[in-house]
Amino acid sequence: MTTSNSLVYLIALPLLGATILLLAGRRADKWGHILGTLMSASSFAVGLYQLSLMLGRSTEERPVGQKLFEWISVGSFKVDAGLLLDQLSICFVLLITGVGTLIHIYSISYMSHDKDRRRFFAYLNLFIAAMLLLVLGDSYLNLYVGWEGVGLASYLLIGFWNQKPAYATASKKAFVMNRVGDMGLSFAIMIAFATVGTVSFAGIKEQVDQTSTGALTAIGIMLLVAAAGKSAQFPLQAWLGDAMAGPTPVSALIHAATMVTAGVYLITRSNFIFDAAPTAQLLVVIVGAITLLFGALIGTAKDDIKKALAASTMSQIGYMTLAAGLGPVGYAFAIMHLLTHGFFKAGMFLGAGSVMHGMNDQVNMRKYGALRKFMPITFVTFGLGYLAILGVPPFAGFYSKDMIIETAFNAGGIKGILLGSITLLGAGITAFYMTRVMILTFTGTKRWDEDAHPHESPWLMWLPMAILAIGSVSSGFLLSRGDALVNWLHPLFDHHEEHEHHLLEPIVVSGLALTMVAIGVAIAFFKYSRQEVAAIAPENVSVLTKIARQDLMQDRFNEAVFMRPGQQLTQVLVKTDEAVIDGTVRGVGQLAMTSSSLLRGVQSGFVRSYAALIFVGAALLIAGIWVVVQ
Amino acid sequence: MDAANYLYLSALLFTIGAVGVVVRRNAIVVFMCVELMLNAANLAFVTFSRINGDLNGQVVAFFTMVVAACEVVVGLAIIVTIYRSRRSASVDDASLLKR
Repeated sequence: MTTSNSLVYLIALPLLGATILLLAGRRADKWGHILGTLMSASSFAVGLYQLSLMLGRSTEERPVGQKLFEWISVGSFKVDAGLLLDQLSICFVLLITGVGTLIHIYSISYMSHDKDRRRFFAYLNLFIAAMLLLVLGDSYLNLYVGWEGVGLASYLLIGFWNQKPAYATASKKAFVMNRVGDMGLSFAIMIAFATVGTVSFAGIKEQVDQTSTGALTAIGIMLLVAAAGKSAQFPLQAWLGDAMAGPTPVSALIHAATMVTAGVYLITRSNFIFDAAPTAQLLVVIVGAITLLFGALIGTAKDDIKKALAASTMSQIGYMTLAAGLGPVGYAFAIMHLLTHGFFKAGMFLGAGSVMHGMNDQVNMRKYGALRKFMPITFVTFGLGYLAILGVPPFAGFYSKDMIIETAFNAGGIKGILLGSITLLGAGITAFYMTRVMILTFTGTKRWDEDAHPHESPWLMWLPMAILAIGSVSSGFLLSRGDALVNWLHPLFDHHEEHEHHLLEPIVVSGLALTMVAIGVAIAFFKYSRQEVAAIAPENVSVLTKIARQDLMQDRFNEAVFMRPGQQLTQVLVKTDEAVIDGTVRGVGQLAMTSSSLLRGVQSGFVRSYAALIFVGAALLIAGIWVVVQ
Repeated sequence: MDAANYLYLSALLFTIGAVGVVVRRNAIVVFMCVELMLNAANLAFVTFSRINGDLNGQVVAFFTMVVAACEVVVGLAIIVTIYRSRRSASVDDASLLKR
């Protein structure tokens, strides 16, 4: 593999930005946001430069690596801190730095009234650096560093307004639930080290044939747990809704476009493990399918615009996970949906932020309505993202989502029909809740608060939205034209071109999907556009709606099954600790004190008593020697 | 004369010295009793030297004498100092190190 010495700048530039902004403190308040944006943009420039170099090389020579330093060297176990840029990582690098830079620009205006804007940009830069390390690491251990780094940045940014206790709790919840997933990743690394003896991607890939299926399945399942934690997949999905406590640019960058897709990256990157462990692969598909419907159902009941979008993110990542679980045929489609989703979902989140900006940070969609006339640019950009997520041709989602639905149908047998139906149903529900968001926000009657004066956002905010909207329109077409992305990623995946039997022709799949979308849109239209929308969420709703409003009981379930027993276990452990461990330690201390206070009496201070003791001691000694010698 | 008799005498002198150290309060007397014990030990050394027919014991006796001389100098100096500060030569009065 060829080496390149400029890879490190991708990470070093934003990391430098974060360091300067954090260390300079208030002195950097005036120019901090500009430095942060520049650092992110220059990292994007390095990424583009790397892409141009990569395009100039032949397919075999495209991956480049860089060894930074020897990190761990213990006996036969060696890990270098190394970077790897191949066809897969470059997609992520450009997505992270590109969308990241746009969101930096957006944040300059969005956060302009916040006195901690410099700190916000420092964290954003820290996130960019950590996320790049995650996708550039050449071993699971390097990836793990970035994995924890994005977790930290996510925690800091969700709790950016931690003066509100609810927001601080939300950031803690996200962090703790992510820890569960992180534990899965560390277990996967340990199992890989114990069974394969190496933790680098290339090393494990080489030795997959000699490794037992059981070990690979264990690694795969642990990787899935990690992916579920980071990507808010079932059963670790509960944190994403609360993560919307963070500023909206954070939701757009971290909790829609990049960080939450790290799980999909992990599964795709570990394709050689999952391909050799069918059980783990099947679990990936199941998790994806469940989350897909789960997120979509939650999305139908949320009145908070950001939470509705968050549920949608969960659902869309479910699509990606499902595609990644379908094996070599699905990886490229998972990445394609990831990229298009990065555009349209980030764009819609920024749109939501723009609406909130104009409506005094109101997030309740029932308090919106008729904003189309007051925020034309936001309406258009949001609308383009909406058409993209629905999968209306020729917008981005049409290409990426239809490919996933088609691949799911072609998975074969009853599994294929089941998965295909779920993805179709998901597409229908997606159409329903996204239409609901559109209608409640932009059309209908005004249901505003009295002091709301909606206005279009400044150009620093709508420009990124417009660029992302262009991406939502064109990215699907560009990426799938002549199977561009599939061929680009092809060398990474062992895709044996077999003549699978096609259950349904692509045109039929598209037709079915569009029918489902049309049904979803129609239901939403009749339910919300033809009837008056209540400004306060009605209470007399069906049980199902109530359950969906509470995120399908996920919090209650976690509380009953994990939190309460966990707390009781801790109580028991604390008591045991106090009684046994502390008791032993205190007992030893008490013993020393008691015996010493008894012995203290001997130290009378009288010289003659000391002399007498010496004599007695000597006499006893001599007597003892006498007895022994005799 | 049987050499063992010298050892008996040595043991007797040592015991007298030891009892004196434990029983008497006057520092000077205690000090003299210590000297008595040292000399009893010297006597035993010389006797053993005689019994074994070599000079090792006698050499040690000379060492003991030198050490005893030094000890007298230091010891008496301490006793005089204590007497000056406390107007008492009783060893029981100098018990400030207890507890």
